[in-house]
Amino acid sequence: MLEVPGWPGHRAGQHVDVRLTAEDGYSAQRSYSIASAPQGTALELTVQRLDDGEVSPYLTQTLGVGQPLELRGPVGGWFVWDADGTAPVLLVAGGSGLVPLMAMIRARAQAANRVPFRLIYSVRDPAAALYATELIERQRVGDGLGVTYLYTRTAPAGSPLPVGRISADVIASSGLPPADSPRVFVCGPTGFVETTAGLLVAAGHDPGAIKTERFGPSGGQS
Amino acid sequence: MTSHLDGNMLAGTLGELFTVDVTTAIGRCASCGTSGAIAQAHVYPDAPGMVARCPACSEVVLRLVRGSDRAWLDLRGLTCLQLTIPGS
Repeated sequence: MLEVPGWPGHRAGQHVDVRLTAEDGYSAQRSYSIASAPQGTALELTVQRLDDGEVSPYLTQTLGVGQPLELRGPVGGWFVWDADGTAPVLLVAGGSGLVPLMAMIRARAQAANRVPFRLIYSVRDPAAALYATELIERQRVGDGLGVTYLYTRTAPAGSPLPVGRISADVIASSGLPPADSPRVFVCGPTGFVETTAGLLVAAGHDPGAIKTERFGPSGGQS
Repeated sequence: MTSHLDGNMLAGTLGELFTVDVTTAIGRCASCGTSGAIAQAHVYPDAPGMVARCPACSEVVLRLVRGSDRAWLDLRGLTCLQLTIPGS
């Protein structure tokens, strides 16, 4: 959680660039999606630590409460959902690609928007699932949010889908039909995003309604 | 080719240079003529600078190098950028 003086507010799906600068002037910059719905000057980021990363180990292990951080944002006006949206929405997340989609889910709830939201969340196993408790609670409210977990390695007993990768069957059974003309947001590692986008188009979804965001360990340096 | 990300990640750096969000602009590839949002270009961030390629034909559409006090922007891979002007 960050408190950002003068934060202008953001749109669900946007990210910030975080820059770390060493004493010798070397700096490294990475983009992180905002997980929270717009709420004043508070900002929540969810950071996945990469053991060989340059920025994430600092953010997750060294940075303490109350320490300042250099960030730029909000940025990115493409991969966004605005809370006054009226079209149904299909979200497809791979791993920590859930983060910007969670901001959309939270923004929808905050605005009491009842437009149908369907989330397909591909994750390694239950222990790796982000926001699990919150998603259960948000589904329980019954305001039109549906969540399907697709476990790629280990599924809990009673899981509706067999362990496996994203597929045409999963999209057909757990997504929204192309006839509903949903807006589609796909976020995850590059391979996941490209596979999923291809399956969605093959299933008949309008390519112009599909927005994708790829993430990976790389980032800008200067 | 090594793994790529996409044009969404260019928003911060391009935002230093332009008053409008260039990642939402529609660019036309000079090589194959395909039009699409800059956000959906394939971006290779580990070259010296960031290299954005057309998702259809893989030709370079944009290169962006950010130095400590200046930036270099090469747009010769685009024949046209269609920008939405806020507030109009």
